[in-house]
Amino acid sequence: MPAAALPGRATASSNPGGIALSGWGNYPKVSTKLLAPRTLAGARDHLLGRSGVVARGAGRAYGDAAIGTHTTISTRGLNRMRSFDAATAQLTVEAGVTIADILAAFGPRGFFLKVVPGTKFVTVGGAIAADVHGKNHHRDGGFGTIVESFRLALPSGEIVTCSRAENAALFMATLGGMGLTGMILEATLRLLPIETAWLRQDTRVAGNLEAAIDLLEGSASATYSVAWIDCLARGAALGRSLVYLAEHATRRDKELLGPELAPFPSPRMSRLSVPELFPGWLLNRASMRAFNELYFRRGAAQQGRPRLVHWDPYFFPLDAIADWNRIYGRRGFVQYQCVIPQARARRVLADILDRVSRRGDASFLAVLKQLGDGDGPMSFPLRGYTLTMDFPVSDPLFGFLDELDALVVDAGGRLYLAKDARQSRATFESGYPRLAALRDIRQQTGADTRLVSHLSARLGI
Amino acid sequence: MTGTKSILVIGGSSDIGHATALRYAREGWRVTLAARDLEAAQRNADDIRTRSGVVTTVQSLDVLQTAQLAGFVAGLSVLPDTVVCVVGELGDQQRAQTDPELATTIMRTNFEAPSLLLEQFAQRFEARGSGTIIGVSSVAGDRGRASNYYYGAAKAGFSQFLSGLRNRLALAGKVRVITVKPGFVRTRMTAHMKLPAHLTVDPDRVAEDIYLADVTRPRDVIYVARRFQLVMTIICALPEAIFKRMRI
Repeated sequence: MPAAALPGRATASSNPGGIALSGWGNYPKVSTKLLAPRTLAGARDHLLGRSGVVARGAGRAYGDAAIGTHTTISTRGLNRMRSFDAATAQLTVEAGVTIADILAAFGPRGFFLKVVPGTKFVTVGGAIAADVHGKNHHRDGGFGTIVESFRLALPSGEIVTCSRAENAALFMATLGGMGLTGMILEATLRLLPIETAWLRQDTRVAGNLEAAIDLLEGSASATYSVAWIDCLARGAALGRSLVYLAEHATRRDKELLGPELAPFPSPRMSRLSVPELFPGWLLNRASMRAFNELYFRRGAAQQGRPRLVHWDPYFFPLDAIADWNRIYGRRGFVQYQCVIPQARARRVLADILDRVSRRGDASFLAVLKQLGDGDGPMSFPLRGYTLTMDFPVSDPLFGFLDELDALVVDAGGRLYLAKDARQSRATFESGYPRLAALRDIRQQTGADTRLVSHLSARLGI
Repeated sequence: MTGTKSILVIGGSSDIGHATALRYAREGWRVTLAARDLEAAQRNADDIRTRSGVVTTVQSLDVLQTAQLAGFVAGLSVLPDTVVCVVGELGDQQRAQTDPELATTIMRTNFEAPSLLLEQFAQRFEARGSGTIIGVSSVAGDRGRASNYYYGAAKAGFSQFLSGLRNRLALAGKVRVITVKPGFVRTRMTAHMKLPAHLTVDPDRVAEDIYLADVTRPRDVIYVARRFQLVMTIICALPEAIFKRMRI
């Protein structure tokens, strides 16, 4: 049954010996048995003979993607790096190694990842399964483009190596395949050599959505671009944004803008933390408005003055606040991320933002990014614009999100499965016309009856 | 830079052994992992080499084969600057009460074998005139409890061995001995236990404290987490007449 039919109710299926598990959004909470193998062989053995099972990385998917209907296999114990070849910049790691691990080890040695999502606390396995994208997708593609190969455990127990040359169909279906093709055990990635750990950031102020999209469109040559939208602005200022453009700073950039800075300082250590059960009422309109005003004034003051920003706060601003998901309180939240094809983006995004701003319970900030064409048949990106917002779970929320879905479907867009906790099958099927490629692969390997997450059961994958 | 220094971790397939070796490797130390399970040790060694770029090797060693310990130490291509022994086995207390063989294994693994092995290093370090010997014992050795007294008794023995060894070597002043008493650590050994969150630490934390006590701020005895020292002080101060009736 689609969760949308059960507004605001945390469903708990009966599962003896199970624990209540949820994604990063703390919604929905469902019962599952959780296994935590410590070796690749152990992980494969857990897969054997089980049904209703799916792998889970760091639990950073927001909804129900990484929760098996019966059993969930955590890859956190598969956290060893295997080898690095400096000549080819190829790194092989187990699936539970996180992007933070990789950047901590290789950042100081002059390497980065060409594609990073908005948090560094995701695992490599999860990044492949969701084919995550970064602020450069329109130029450089998704996470799959830096994956050389991976080893995948099939439900039969067979372990196959997949790349663009070997088992190519399985490789492509696994990108964005949400763990439904098999369990990723190991992957080989290509790292990106960098001259410094710094980014040369330009901040631009956009007075409304039109201006923001113009800025993003006009900055196609920028490697990284992203717009942070003030969701509380309305009327003529609807969609007012700060647009951040950035390039990896060369040694020369660093000498010009920050000669006193070390080229590769270690990532910051201090982290704030949100206390458990942060009271939801603290997030009221007045406090949000005050925050946004400060935020925009600071951004406007930086306009036209390029500055150096370390990769950590540039790419992962929210990672500085541990457990920020608790800010939405006990009932949790839904992160809504849609992509609208280029041609329809301006009108439809304005419509969505208008409805959201009139409703007034969305996150105070939304993120707008350009995307290019997706890689795998199930990859989320398509050429256009993606908008991301948080909504605290409430009873009326689900009907409202269904309204937004209708706009997205009508525009030929889709929702990101790594964020999804509630879309309907119809919305999903209309958004992913190449779904048959994943279903075919699943039938061939027997994964269709064995690898079943709450997400795949809900959407009929 | 300490690029020429080296560390040998006995119990290199374990989580604490892995974390400790990685901590030293990050500072440029060469690493050797000794373990009975060579495959697991090799996996850890590959991880450490990949993350840190330092030279990492593995050595096969079953510490319970005590007759071979002297040969193992004599056969090392490089005598390490620091040796860390994280060998340990919790064992099943209830089963040990009726299974003398298991009880013996628990006591040998946690006390006899580590002590005999570290004595070998003590002699060679003394002859060389430098070195640090680090023994990972346990707060369980501070007072015997119903739930794990074979393990606790063996760790108590190991703690006293380290204390005595430190006393012997301190008189010459060249070789240091550090006793590490972790409380609850999230590892393979404790994976099946429900641990109190505020008293439980990750292996990384143990590794960090070991490195600090060895290199940065020399210490003789360290508790990880720190607050366990207070907890154990209180537990040790309880009169036996009361303690014997408690379930802790």
